[in-house]
Amino acid sequence: MGTLIEEIFSRKLERQVHAGEIVMVDVDTIMSHDNTTPLAIKAFNEIGKPIKDKNKIVIHFDHAYPAPNLLAAEAQRKSLDFINREGLQNFYHQGVCHQVMIEEGFVTPGAVIIGADSHSNTYGALGAFGTGLGSTEIGVAWVTGKCWFKVPSTIRIELNGNAQLGVFAKDVMIFIAGMIGMDGGTYRSIEFGGSYIDQLPMHERIVFSNMSTEIGAKCGLIAADEITLEYLRHETKAAGDFATLRPVNPTYERILEIDVSTIEPHISCHPDVDNAKPIHEVAGLQVDEVFIGTCTNARYEDIEIVANILRGKTVHPSVRVIVTPASNQIYKKAMVNGLIEVLMDAGCTVTGTGCGACIGRHGGVLAPGERALTTMNRNFIGRMGSPNAEIYLASPATAAATALSGKITDPRNLLSEVTHG
Amino acid sequence: MGKAWTFGENMNTDEIIPGRFNITIDPLELAKNVFCEVKPEYAKNVKLGDVIVGGQNFGCGSSREHAPIAIKGSGAKCVIAPSFARIFYRNTINIGLPILECPEAVDGINEGDLVEVDLKTGVILNKTTGRQFLAKPLPEFILKISEAGGIVNFIQHHEIEELMEGSA
Repeated sequence: MGTLIEEIFSRKLERQVHAGEIVMVDVDTIMSHDNTTPLAIKAFNEIGKPIKDKNKIVIHFDHAYPAPNLLAAEAQRKSLDFINREGLQNFYHQGVCHQVMIEEGFVTPGAVIIGADSHSNTYGALGAFGTGLGSTEIGVAWVTGKCWFKVPSTIRIELNGNAQLGVFAKDVMIFIAGMIGMDGGTYRSIEFGGSYIDQLPMHERIVFSNMSTEIGAKCGLIAADEITLEYLRHETKAAGDFATLRPVNPTYERILEIDVSTIEPHISCHPDVDNAKPIHEVAGLQVDEVFIGTCTNARYEDIEIVANILRGKTVHPSVRVIVTPASNQIYKKAMVNGLIEVLMDAGCTVTGTGCGACIGRHGGVLAPGERALTTMNRNFIGRMGSPNAEIYLASPATAAATALSGKITDPRNLLSEVTHG
Repeated sequence: MGKAWTFGENMNTDEIIPGRFNITIDPLELAKNVFCEVKPEYAKNVKLGDVIVGGQNFGCGSSREHAPIAIKGSGAKCVIAPSFARIFYRNTINIGLPILECPEAVDGINEGDLVEVDLKTGVILNKTTGRQFLAKPLPEFILKISEAGGIVNFIQHHEIEELMEGSA
């Protein structure tokens, strides 16, 4: 009985739990990456107790991999020494942690996953409870295998109707952020549902869970269904019988109903994700960089839509266009299907996989006075380098249209060409 | 008693300490650049025992612990805000930086006011204006972590299940 998050915790604890309760849970997976593992190792060393279950620990190098400077190299060396010393088997460096977590099968419906990364909410798209924590708590979980949570109350966001051509999950999510604000979901579980979500493929569902972080939520959940199970069987290494939990007679703190058909492409404008505007209000603004990447929007289908828009064309000469596929699996598929060639012929710089320019340390750092349009999930001041640079967030289609013109551009006309041409 | 430093709403972790400085985990090193873009004079002039007074959703953004560590390293005694972002809230408790939720105090304290905070009782006294405020008490199990000086100290000496004892 209850909301999806109450159902997940109730299954885990084998008793009925309710929002507001504080629970101690055995976590299924404990994730950290090159940026957050060093502090977790420090906490672990200070505690001085052994690891509870090595199989639960997953470590990724993705934020600055391969190391772009000596300091990063030294930090990664220390983490590697730790991984080798402890004999940890789940170590990956083939793309953005959240995407690789899904591909490698760590994310299954009903699983409880903690990550030393705020976008661990991503796992909610497959019906798992994923949430971000600080490194110290990750080090503690290595030792205890457990974590405490206050079972959150739930805001249900009911999305109905069909999106217009050229309007993607990213546009809808930016619209939602604008509507409820960057603290509109603080401490809450956000449950996304409705007829729009029901028919949405997994790569689009992931955008909602991923960006639930940007409205402060503890998690952003979508109940697993046939689409989830098909995706798990064909696109990931997950195996076995999956729990398909759904909300049962839930009590919501609040229900938001949104008709998706009325939403046009949206942009999060500098410098906050909730500074959301319909594209006609910002179209024409000149940009210096277009970055297509990150755990939000660098999956195969995202790259495909960019390639379809850029096919046979050339990006604007004054714009740096960077494409950073989320994972090697995605990169390889894009390569085999000729998409990478299309992007390169159009003048894009295609980089290795990982977080890329999103963390402001490599792969597309912004100079003072520069403006970027990106497929990232946050646009904080200084996020991509200079505090005097501006970041605008948009869908991959808007990013591709903007890459061609050098200014923020509505992708809808181009998409009807692609669709009908 | 310390001086109040006030900050706006939605102060995010990149504003507390920009990502480019997170190449160290040394609190004193991080403290040199804390709030460097939003209040550059803070790192230069902050004194041990000063108090941070923030707006709602303080500490939103990344899971990076560098943010609360940088504030703790700067010598600030505590952070008072109407509300905190969830990962930041957990991080401050885990690393032993005291926080107090008190919207009234935030409204009643200006930059530079002299403020006295009793962390045990939650009483916040603005010595400049004479006004007194009472912060929301921390849940019992969180007090156990705070009293141990952070989660690492607690786990050194206890089993994690002991956090739940008496609070079920």
